[in-house]
Amino acid sequence: MTATVGVAVFPGTNCELDSIHAVESLGGNGKILWHSSKNLSEVDAVIIPGGFAHGDYLRPGAIARFSPLMSAITDFANNGGPVLGICNGFQVLTESGLLPGALQKNKGLKFLCKTVEVRVETENSTLTRNAAKGAKLSLPINHFEGNFTCDHDTLNSLLEQDRVVLRYCDNPNGSIDDIAGVCNESRNVVGIMPHPERACDSLLGSEDGKVLFDSLLGAN
Amino acid sequence: MRIGLALGVSLIFSVLVDVRLLKGIADPAGSTIERSLPALGFSNVRNVGVGKTIRFVIEAENEKEAHEKVESICSTFLTNPVIEEAEITIENLEKVEGN
Repeated sequence: MTATVGVAVFPGTNCELDSIHAVESLGGNGKILWHSSKNLSEVDAVIIPGGFAHGDYLRPGAIARFSPLMSAITDFANNGGPVLGICNGFQVLTESGLLPGALQKNKGLKFLCKTVEVRVETENSTLTRNAAKGAKLSLPINHFEGNFTCDHDTLNSLLEQDRVVLRYCDNPNGSIDDIAGVCNESRNVVGIMPHPERACDSLLGSEDGKVLFDSLLGAN
Repeated sequence: MRIGLALGVSLIFSVLVDVRLLKGIADPAGSTIERSLPALGFSNVRNVGVGKTIRFVIEAENEKEAHEKVESICSTFLTNPVIEEAEITIENLEKVEGN
């Protein structure tokens, strides 16, 4: 059966069509989820894509977390539904408390827009089950607030529970322990700063994101 | 049966919330400002921190209630407790009759 992936759209989201394109190029169905809706009934997985939800006012993700859609996504996640937050979506997930830590301004205060190498650190997550641990993926990053921060206890529990999903090979933004993505304890909610949806077509310079979307599409 | 009920008189408070990064959280904006000050001839400046201020007015029965409301607004919305803390300053503006 074809998986239907719901793609969340808040005012200011701008990567929803790229995400849908990536999902559909891999045989899934993409479905836009408007932020005021609470209906996830026909959805097998959810992507919270990149952009600037609610203008990033106050803090990235701070306003989006209170939307009706986010309360539906929280229920969906708590029932084991696969949820992927990309870039601004990762920020929304940390603000919502679905993932630990926070995304601070980049060390060096530069908006980063380039392709970086990341390493798959665990195969045990909804996003990496089809990937090989240790595999290096070439993925674009595009963020100002991507510097993953958490206290030492949180970092220790992430490490003990094998919850670091991706690490930067060459840390671009100051993230603690080179972390580019983490998952929750149940491993069905994943947040990453890189944009795999922009690396699913050779025309765009890399197809390394496909293995991640393949994992997500097969997750349910 | 209305005897003893509150009269419905509330007060207006002016609120200033000063949001800062928690101690130990990197502050790239603060360090950049600090590093550039000597070049402008300002020496011996330390501990530069960049945060934000949020101002609003709030109605409440008394200052204690106003403070509790503002603390709740701060912890649920205005700050991210993972990286930030807030200092709240409240000033009584005037009395509102009615309700």
